[in-house]
Amino acid sequence: MSITVQIPTPLLKLTGDRSEVTADGADVKELIEDLEENFPGIKERICDETGQVRRFVNIYVNDEDIRFLQRENTPLQDRDRVSIIPAIAGG
Amino acid sequence: MKLREDQIERYSRQIILSEIGGKGQSKLLEASVLVIGAGGLGSPAALYLAAAGVGQLGIVDSDRVELNNLQRQIIHSTGDVGRPKVDSARDRLHSLNPDIRIIPYNLRLTSANIMEIIEDYDIIVDGSDNFPTRYLINDACVLADKPLSHGAILRFYGQVYTILPGESACYRCLFPEPPPPGAVPNCQEAGILGAVAGIIGLLQANEVLKYILGAGKLLNGRLLTFDALDASFREVKVLRDTDCPVCGDRPTITELIDYEEFCQL
Repeated sequence: MSITVQIPTPLLKLTGDRSEVTADGADVKELIEDLEENFPGIKERICDETGQVRRFVNIYVNDEDIRFLQRENTPLQDRDRVSIIPAIAGG
Repeated sequence: MKLREDQIERYSRQIILSEIGGKGQSKLLEASVLVIGAGGLGSPAALYLAAAGVGQLGIVDSDRVELNNLQRQIIHSTGDVGRPKVDSARDRLHSLNPDIRIIPYNLRLTSANIMEIIEDYDIIVDGSDNFPTRYLINDACVLADKPLSHGAILRFYGQVYTILPGESACYRCLFPEPPPPGAVPNCQEAGILGAVAGIIGLLQANEVLKYILGAGKLLNGRLLTFDALDASFREVKVLRDTDCPVCGDRPTITELIDYEEFCQL
């Protein structure tokens, strides 16, 4: 299984400046664990202590916000495209 | 309103567009737009809105021009360093288009002054540079039922989104809470490519022009993101959150709050 993940600007340091990586997982929770194995430190930037996605970070599966799907339990399929989009404030 | 000869000449290249015409140009000349921040986003947005003949342009900023602004804040020039940004912006916009009214607000927006200011405008452009101001602007626009163009930038990346209160998701529906201080760097800490500010600021101007003209499809309900390094745009869906504290079905925020405290500052 191969899922494409878009990495946002504030997290690029953790992926060695790669803005697109591939990862595996049957659902979003597993995908984040897989990202953490390859890019240590990324999970705590995306999730809080309870494992929930932080309130200023959104995760989209094929352009749909997981908050309106099944949140961290949203299932993933091969070739899905996941985007991680945090709030930024620069102007 | 009847266009003068010089107006027909000045705006001729957009009047010939069937989506605009004399009627659309009159709409632009009768419109009022408030640009918040005369910085990286506000500079290009205000310049293009002024050039297009938006009749009343308010500019809000409490800062003075610094040399390190000029790499992206193209409304200001080297000779403006040290001047209030709103004065510098007013002069530049006036020399570009003396046909329009420019109203400078040399102040910092707060819960106490924002409602009175946005009241006079048809649509608001958020080109601010911090989370407390962004949530303040969002809540004020929802409470006052004012359309809002949101833009934000960092390094080689930008986001644009249009909020039509009552119709499409607001900024809180998109991001319910701000990051804690230090969790997401700002442009001063992390840098910004000037061209990215230009692209996102112009997308905001483009949204405003379409809104005034009633032309095309707005970015309401979809967030557009831009990555300058691979020159790619992407969009994701933004749904209205029925539990949103300000625009949801049972709002708990019915007047402006303390936004510094909300952002833990």
